[in-house]
Amino acid sequence: MNHWLILPILLPAVVGAVLVIAVRHDVLLARIFALASGVLLLAAGLALLVMSADGEVRVYALGAWPAPFGIVLALDRLAALMLVLTAVLGLAVLGYAVNGWDERGRHFHPLFQFQLMGLNGAFLTGDFFNLFVFFEVLLIASYGLMVHGGGGLRVKAGVQYVVANLIGSSVFLIAVGLIYSVTGTLNMADLALKVPQVAAADQALLHTGAVLLLLVFALKAALVPLHFWLPGTYANAPGPVAALFAIMTKVGAYSILRLYILAFGAEAGGAAWLAAPWLLPAGLLTLVLGMLGVLAARSLGQMASFAVIGSMGMLLATVALFTVQATAAALYYLLHSTLAAAALFLIADLVAERRGVHRDRFDLAPRLAQGGLVAGLFFVAAIGITGMPPLSGFIGKLLILDGARTATQAGWFWSLILGTSLIAIVGFSRAGSLLFWKCSALEAGPPAYRPAPALPFVAVGSLLAGLVALTVFAGPLHRWLELTAAQLYAPAGYIEAVLGAAGGPHR
Amino acid sequence: MEFLVATAIGAMTAAGLYLVLRARTFPVVLGLSLLTYAVNLFLFATGRLAVNRPPVIGAEAIGYVDPLPQALVLTAIVISFGMTAVIVVMALRAYLETGNDHVDLPGDADPEARVDDWKQRPRRAAGGERR
Repeated sequence: MNHWLILPILLPAVVGAVLVIAVRHDVLLARIFALASGVLLLAAGLALLVMSADGEVRVYALGAWPAPFGIVLALDRLAALMLVLTAVLGLAVLGYAVNGWDERGRHFHPLFQFQLMGLNGAFLTGDFFNLFVFFEVLLIASYGLMVHGGGGLRVKAGVQYVVANLIGSSVFLIAVGLIYSVTGTLNMADLALKVPQVAAADQALLHTGAVLLLLVFALKAALVPLHFWLPGTYANAPGPVAALFAIMTKVGAYSILRLYILAFGAEAGGAAWLAAPWLLPAGLLTLVLGMLGVLAARSLGQMASFAVIGSMGMLLATVALFTVQATAAALYYLLHSTLAAAALFLIADLVAERRGVHRDRFDLAPRLAQGGLVAGLFFVAAIGITGMPPLSGFIGKLLILDGARTATQAGWFWSLILGTSLIAIVGFSRAGSLLFWKCSALEAGPPAYRPAPALPFVAVGSLLAGLVALTVFAGPLHRWLELTAAQLYAPAGYIEAVLGAAGGPHR
Repeated sequence: MEFLVATAIGAMTAAGLYLVLRARTFPVVLGLSLLTYAVNLFLFATGRLAVNRPPVIGAEAIGYVDPLPQALVLTAIVISFGMTAVIVVMALRAYLETGNDHVDLPGDADPEARVDDWKQRPRRAAGGERR
C-alpha cells in the first residue's frame, strides 16, 4: 500500500483546518501557508504522475479494509494528470488572489484549500458514494468562494448556483440508491463486474440509475439542457474564483470518462456504452449554443463563461465517441481549455479592475491603465481559446477532428467544430476591438486604477505559458495521453488492482 | 408498507419540485428540504423494507437488513442539513442586500439600472411609512 496517494487530500485538509483555527487574523501568514500548500500539492502531483507513468494502477485502502467493503483511492494515469492540472491551476489562481483579492471577504484561503481537497478527492476516489461526498466538499467550498467579496448581484447569482447544485446532489443520491439497490455495490471496480450480471428484470432500474447519474455529471459539466446556471454564476463570481471554477466543469467530464468507460463500457452487456447516444448530440448542441453565446455576450466575464460552455460541448462530444484516439484528443483539449478559460477569467478581472464603473461590459470607456499589456494578454488568450494557430487550441482541435474522422457522425462533427470556431473568432475580435481599440477615440480621463504590482500579470502569464508549453511539447504529451486513454479502455487492470488490493481474503 | 413508503416519497418529491420552481427563495428552500427528505427516505428503502430486523449480522438474529443504506442515509442527512443551512443563510443575505427575495437575476439589458432600482426599493418603502 502506497501512503503517498492520500497526500493530495490530506494536505489541503490539514492546511485548511490550520488556516481556520490558527492563522485566521494574519493575512500574511495565511498567504504563506496557502502558497506553501499549493507548491507542495504541485510537487506531490508531479511525483504521483511520475509514479503512475509505469501503467500500474495504485490503490490505497483507507483503514486497510479490502476493496468492495472498504473505501479505496485509486491512482492511474488519468487521475494523476487531473491532480497535476488542479495543482497548476490552483497555484496560478492563488498567485493572482494573494495580491488583494483574498482580503475582500473572510476565509478565502481555508475555503480555497477545502476546494482543492474536494477536487483532489473526486479525482482519486474509487467508489461513487465517496465521489458524492467529495462533490459536496468541493461544492460547499465553492458556495463560500462564489460569494467572496459580497455584493447583491453576486449573492443572488450564488443562490441560483446553490439551488441548482442542491437539486443535482439530490438526483445524485437517487442515482446512487438505484444503482446500489440493483447491484449491491458502491465500488466502481466492483460495479464493473456486477453490471453484466444484472438480471433482465432489473436492467431498466440500472439504466435509469446510470442515466440519472449521467444527468448529474452533465449538470456539473454544463451540458446543454443543464447549462443554464453557468453564465450567471461564473460571470458574477469573483475573477480568481471563476478561474478556479474552470476545473469544476472538468470534474463532470472526468467522472463521465471514468465511470462510463469502466462500468458501462464494452463489457457491460445490456448496458454497453450507455452514455454515448445521449452525450454526443448534447455535446454538439452545447458547442453551438456556447459559441453563439460568445457572440451574444455583453461582458467579458459572460463571454468567458460561454466559451467554457462551448469548450465543454466540444470536449464531451469527443468523449462520446468512446475510442482511444478520440479520448486522447479530448484529454489534450481538456488540459488546454482549462488553462485558457482560467486565463481569460483572470484577464476579465484585470479589465474590470481598470475600467471603473464600466467594469468588463462591452461599452465605450476611456483607455485603461496598462492597456497594452492587458490587451496583449487578451490577444494570446483569445488565440488559445478560439483555436487559432499557433497555440494549443489549434492542435487540440486538429486532434479532435482527426479523432472524429472515422466516426459515423464525422460530417456533423467537422462542420460544427469549424463553423463554431469561426463564430468564436468573430465574437472575440469584436470584444477585443471594443475593449482595447475603440476606447482610444475617447479622451483619457483620470486613470480609474492605480497600476498594480506585477504578481497578477505573473499569474496570468504563467497560465498562458502553460498553453505555450502544451503547444511545444504536444508530441510527447499526446503520446502520453494516448497511453492514458488506452489504460482507461483496458479496465481489467484497474479492476484487478482495486479488488485484489491489500490481499483481502475474499478473492 | 411498500405502498405507504412509495406514496410518501412520491408526494414529497412532487411537492418539493413544485416549490423549487417557485420564484421566491423561501418556497425554494422549503422545496429543497422536502426533496432531501424524499431522497433520504428513498435511500433508506434501497436496502429493502423489513420490520423488526437488526442492521447487523448476529447469531441470535433471525435475519438482518442491509446496513449500508442506513450508513449512506446518515451521511446524506448530515450533508443535506448543512446544505440547507447554507442556502438559508445565502437567501437571507441576498434578501438583505438587494431588498427583495426573487430568485431571478436582473435582466442583462441594463444591469446597472436594475441594481440601483433594487437598492432604492426598500428606501422608497421606508419613505412611504414616514409620510
